[in-house]
Amino acid sequence: MTQTNDKPRVGVTDTLRRFDDRRAEAVSGLRQRWSDLPRAWRVGALVALIVVLYALPDLAIPGIRTTETDFTGVLFLVAIYVLIAVGLNVVVGLAGLLDLGYIGFFAVGAYTVAIFGSPNSPVVIKFPWLVCIPIAIALTMISGVLLGWPTLRLRGDYLAIVTLGFGEIIRLIATNSTITNGNRGIAGVPVPPGNWPSFVQTIGIDGEPLGGRALFSINDTRPFYWLALTAVLLCMYGVRRLENSRVGRAWLAVREDEDAAEIMGVPSFRFKLWAFAIGAALGGLSGALFATHNTFFNAESVLLQTSILYVAAVVVGGAGNLLGVTVGAIIISYLPERFREFADYRYLLFGLALIAVMIFRPQGIVPSRRRAVELADRAKEAPTNV
Amino acid sequence: MSEPQTTTPATGEPLLEVDNVTLRFGGVVALDGVDFTLYRGEILGLIGPNGAGKTTCFNAMTGVFRPTSGEMRFDGERVSGRKRYEITRMGIARTFQNIRLFPEMTALENVLVGADARHRTSVVGALFRLYRVPVKRHELTEVTAAGLAGAAQRLRRTGQRIFGLSRHVLEERAARQKAEALLRFVGVEGRLNELARNLSYGEQRRLEIARALATEPKLLCLDEPAAGFNPAEKEQLLQLIRKIRDTGVTVLLIEHDMRLVMGVTDRIVVLEFGRKIAEGSPAEVRDDPKVIAAYLGVPADAA
Amino acid sequence: MNIHFVVNDFWELVVTGLTQGAIYALVALGYTLVYGVLKLINFAHSEVFMVGTFASWLTWTWLGLGVNSKVPPLIQVLGYVVIAMIVAAFASGATALVIERVAYRPLRRRNAPSLIFLITAIGASLVLFEAVGLIVHRQPRGMPVLVKPVVLFHFLDAAVTNLQLTIIISALAMMAALDFFINRTKWGRGVRAVAQDPQSAALMGVNRDRIIMLIFILGGILAGFASVLYCVKVGITTYDVGFNLGIAAFAAAVLGGIGNLRGALLGGLLLGVVENLGAGLFGNPWRNVVSFLVLVLVLLFRPNGLLGESLGRARV
Repeated sequence: MTQTNDKPRVGVTDTLRRFDDRRAEAVSGLRQRWSDLPRAWRVGALVALIVVLYALPDLAIPGIRTTETDFTGVLFLVAIYVLIAVGLNVVVGLAGLLDLGYIGFFAVGAYTVAIFGSPNSPVVIKFPWLVCIPIAIALTMISGVLLGWPTLRLRGDYLAIVTLGFGEIIRLIATNSTITNGNRGIAGVPVPPGNWPSFVQTIGIDGEPLGGRALFSINDTRPFYWLALTAVLLCMYGVRRLENSRVGRAWLAVREDEDAAEIMGVPSFRFKLWAFAIGAALGGLSGALFATHNTFFNAESVLLQTSILYVAAVVVGGAGNLLGVTVGAIIISYLPERFREFADYRYLLFGLALIAVMIFRPQGIVPSRRRAVELADRAKEAPTNV
Repeated sequence: MSEPQTTTPATGEPLLEVDNVTLRFGGVVALDGVDFTLYRGEILGLIGPNGAGKTTCFNAMTGVFRPTSGEMRFDGERVSGRKRYEITRMGIARTFQNIRLFPEMTALENVLVGADARHRTSVVGALFRLYRVPVKRHELTEVTAAGLAGAAQRLRRTGQRIFGLSRHVLEERAARQKAEALLRFVGVEGRLNELARNLSYGEQRRLEIARALATEPKLLCLDEPAAGFNPAEKEQLLQLIRKIRDTGVTVLLIEHDMRLVMGVTDRIVVLEFGRKIAEGSPAEVRDDPKVIAAYLGVPADAA
Repeated sequence: MNIHFVVNDFWELVVTGLTQGAIYALVALGYTLVYGVLKLINFAHSEVFMVGTFASWLTWTWLGLGVNSKVPPLIQVLGYVVIAMIVAAFASGATALVIERVAYRPLRRRNAPSLIFLITAIGASLVLFEAVGLIVHRQPRGMPVLVKPVVLFHFLDAAVTNLQLTIIISALAMMAALDFFINRTKWGRGVRAVAQDPQSAALMGVNRDRIIMLIFILGGILAGFASVLYCVKVGITTYDVGFNLGIAAFAAAVLGGIGNLRGALLGGLLLGVVENLGAGLFGNPWRNVVSFLVLVLVLLFRPNGLLGESLGRARV
């Protein structure tokens, strides 16, 4: 390890860096204070937060609403991005495998629902949505394993290129094959079943009460948002469980030093393959939900730049850290919608952010829980140090 | 889950047999017909000048390299050709010459990774926790709070009574206790949640030993554990190695510090240029003219 | 599948493949040089090439040539091409240098893990790509026809045009020049020294940072040359031209043995041919799939490439 450059320097970057250090410390402190709260309080606060999240489309919080696009639609998009970030975080953040073709899994998920569910697809039998989703997840998992099986033995940087290639191949298939119908795409993607309970008397967009009518329709985006939010919460819960288990530790160990991990009894290939499969499944799920909401999917949604944007979401927020990647995903999906005037520059700006974060704060803008615990421990231990 | 720790080592029967092992890299012969046996419950020193092939020997034993010819048997089973993690599960653990901890994981997590070698929970088990094990009374959640929180605890307790606890949770609990005990054992207590890279050099070395011990080895291989230690720390290490042996673990030690090797080992094997040149008790080896010659005529105890 | 076409026009496809492959080889050298010295995939190198194509376009536009300009006389063409080469080499070399200074050097100082380098490189690639995309409003730019293809001779029943011959010969000449530079000059010796053993090289007084700047500039210059050849051949460029070409060139570098200069040549030509045959067989849209499959297969079965990884020849 080289020692860090401790020369006292003055300049804009250093002032910024010091400011940023202080910000990170403050966030760490907050996280620590949070984990010091009694369990009951934390549970209560989380429940309250979740209620607020579900109610978000109907809350008039000043300043956060998007003016030019449907706010609920934006919320849905943000939820999809968070789901993607949570999934990609398993691969990039926890297992340390750079996957540049994540859009490929997204597309596989979306196309599966479209092809199996839509009457306009070559698959003649029309499966209901509830069947399509498990098929989509299973197929993306299989494609993850198929991609990972031969390539996960490769060195990290080769893996990145190969996954990029996978993404490109999926894009080419989407554009050129007859099954996916190219840029014309597949319309008529099914939506989930279910009706509003008859006692709901709220007036819908067309002036009629909602009670008894289909829950998922083009008139109302909120149920789609609730669905996506539910998926996000469940997946976060699942990933958190994995993180705090043997699986999560194995991923971290492989990320840190694969040889040492093997020698300590970690079957690294198996766990890397699991990371790939789980990441793929979450990517596929997000694609499936995306296609469900749009009731349409075409090859134009499969862009490799988007894949890199996903990586940016994970890395800028803080790879390997659930709160961090959530923040990253929100930044990357919400800001361009809120400030439409810079939507055209989003890739450019996030590209710059990617470089800046890697150079100045490679652990991401949100400090990890681990780091927070560590700082707090040190503060407890050595008050004389001050 | 694991075999009970034997307090009285059954010294005498062979644990590891290194049988005529040769290892070539291209034209370079790193090990040339090395032959020795390690007996259960002993501390064996592996010494030799720089480049003699000591670490290579370790690497061959732990599956990093595959011997060109010859065989290694551990506890009656062949070692060569097995995957590295399988060898660990057979009961061989090691530390590294240049420390190789997981720097961004905490001390506790580092040890837990070692303990995981004995765990069976995988992705499905950790996610859904369907594999239930009936629990004993003292393992149930205790009701400590009053009011709503207390009611929640009581509910959990009832649930645990009916459904038992998942294997995952039990493994985690046991592993945590084991890891804490091991950290105390090697002397890194109180810094459980510190990232490994922030520990002091000596603590990192000891943490590596704890991590290796967490895999419940029958044989622990220490690769220059005293490198960079001051005399006081070396003395502590010597005590630690003895303590480890006393828990029933056989120890193979590579070390440059002759005082340490002579002080702690039962027997010594000397390598030079990949060949074994001597084997015997510390006193025998020290007086062996071939060994003295290998160390350039310098008496071994002055090194 | 179009086996008939591939069988009948086999040599035709080989010659066009070699032409394309010559360009791949020039770009592949950029990957190989950086990888040989830094063990780093310079992901942004594809955009270095892309900048070169736009530099050529700008040069010709400034010189008054448009899409519909008449084909100028040979002497003038030569002048136009040489000027474009100088400008493109300068632009690409400068881009490569900026990438190294801004994106990579701070990380090297910190001894960052390779994942971080890779992410930064992707960021740099995205920034360049998007910046040019925004400037040209994501529209393609057409270029004048400078060389009207004339069949010069037949080689195994394939017609070889003056354009193809020129591209292959100039690419070979540039590679020979680079080979000479690396193997015969003092600077080249420095590059080889750093590639083999950075620490000893530093002890022997080689300035590592300078060598690294040098290889980035060299890679950039070659990408600039390649971009001019590409523009003369294809006559159009877009802001995303770098992606496909970059991947193919990278595959070529790996195929030949990344870090190995002659491997880049071999890999480039071979990949060009294989890709062209594959495109003939499966249709043009699948051209890229072929190069990816080649890349994956090589990585799986011969990860060191056909000629092995080594920039310094003496390495064991």
